[in-house]
Amino acid sequence: MAREQHDYDDIPGTFVFDAERSRQGYGINMFCMSLMQDANRKAFKANEAEYLKKFKLTPEQTEAVLKRDYNRMLELGGNIYFTAKLGATDGHSFQHLAALMTGSTQQDYANMMLGGGRSVEGNRSRSGRNRPSKFIAGGAGKAARAKPKAKAAKAKSKIKSKPKSKSAKRK
Amino acid sequence: MARIIAGIGSSHVPAIGAALDNNKTEEPYWKRVFSGFEKSQEWMRQTKPDVAIVVYNDHASAFSVEMIPTFALGCAAEFPPADEGWGPRPVPVVQGHPALASHIAQSVILDEFDLTVCNKMEVDHGMTVPMNLLFGKIPKEGHWPCPVIPLAVNVVMYPPPTGHRCFMLGRALKKAVESYPDDLRVVIFGTGGLSHQISGPRAGLINSKWDKAFLDNLSSHPEKLVKIPHIDYMREAGAEGIEMVMWLIMRGALDDKVDEVYRFYTVPASNTAVGHIILANRAKASKRKPAVKHKRAAAQTKVERIRS
Repeated sequence: MAREQHDYDDIPGTFVFDAERSRQGYGINMFCMSLMQDANRKAFKANEAEYLKKFKLTPEQTEAVLKRDYNRMLELGGNIYFTAKLGATDGHSFQHLAALMTGSTQQDYANMMLGGGRSVEGNRSRSGRNRPSKFIAGGAGKAARAKPKAKAAKAKSKIKSKPKSKSAKRK
Repeated sequence: MARIIAGIGSSHVPAIGAALDNNKTEEPYWKRVFSGFEKSQEWMRQTKPDVAIVVYNDHASAFSVEMIPTFALGCAAEFPPADEGWGPRPVPVVQGHPALASHIAQSVILDEFDLTVCNKMEVDHGMTVPMNLLFGKIPKEGHWPCPVIPLAVNVVMYPPPTGHRCFMLGRALKKAVESYPDDLRVVIFGTGGLSHQISGPRAGLINSKWDKAFLDNLSSHPEKLVKIPHIDYMREAGAEGIEMVMWLIMRGALDDKVDEVYRFYTVPASNTAVGHIILANRAKASKRKPAVKHKRAAAQTKVERIRS
């Protein structure tokens, strides 16, 4: 059955953990939850494939876990707060996982965060909906007038006038 | 009559808890974060609330995917810190206020907010980190300065409650607290956020412009914020930035007119933009009515002062 389409599927690089994924990923998340106990961590490490059988994962889900393909786990219904427990079982920091998911080195990822994080500009939409939210834009505009922040306002209008031609690449 | 005197918004980044627990607070990276809460701790010491309601979310600690309550109110006498995979945080067990909590449950449910009542619940960093930021570091054997009523909100599985729903729940909480007979001065925490995404290829997203606008509107124009649809939070503030709806419960529990006492914002703590605000109800409006009743509380405070 094809996944139902939602407005948030338009957000790039994001797998929203919705009710449907919650149902699909129940096994992945319960597996991850089991790793809160030391005995289970040991059993999993001793024989990963065998241990996973207890959780009735689909073959795709099993493969994603065994390969530590964190993005695929999210796509197949894993939730980050749960899959992070698998990372911790492997002895990885969260930043290591974040770097993995973003396809960068841990150092590059850390530097990006220190530099203020990933910019939202160009990262709002797969289909070119790159205008800032009107709800916040209105409030920010008012505040911007109070404290002169012409730069921010200019940047905003620039985005508005620029026709983004990023075509939707969704199947 | 009990009353809510102030609201506190604060991020609840787990790494802040880890930095505290591992004595890293003096490292420049963490000092930048903790120094932003020094004034807040001073404010809290002076304010001395009788009870705190802490709105937060659980992160696969007390709640798994087996049951996902949208709003869960902690009515227990105590809430032990949860083991989040590295052993429970070395913080004191949180003492509840079962009498006020059950009064709130009764009032709010009849006000058409169908809360889940939790008579047994462990609490994770989502709650204990903001408590540390406002109350300071307290050893495991010590005591938090006041009882706490946890209100856990589902923001992990989409859809979380809407911002409007959260704001209206805040309104119902205010009504519930104000119908409690004892003279209690209550503060309410809204926690989580601000902008951050920790999942998928877009992880690391921060949107300071959004965060600032959110904080700007929180005190005087919350009506703008309650209209924000979930898609806008997720697009602009990151998939996990949607936690910000919890701040609207706090705001809804305050009076229409509030004073911004303090604000702090820094990027990053780990993967997250740290936001913090203290909003106080205006003393005049709320003081007038309970002036007589508060003599007792005032007398008690005096006694405490003499003792100390």
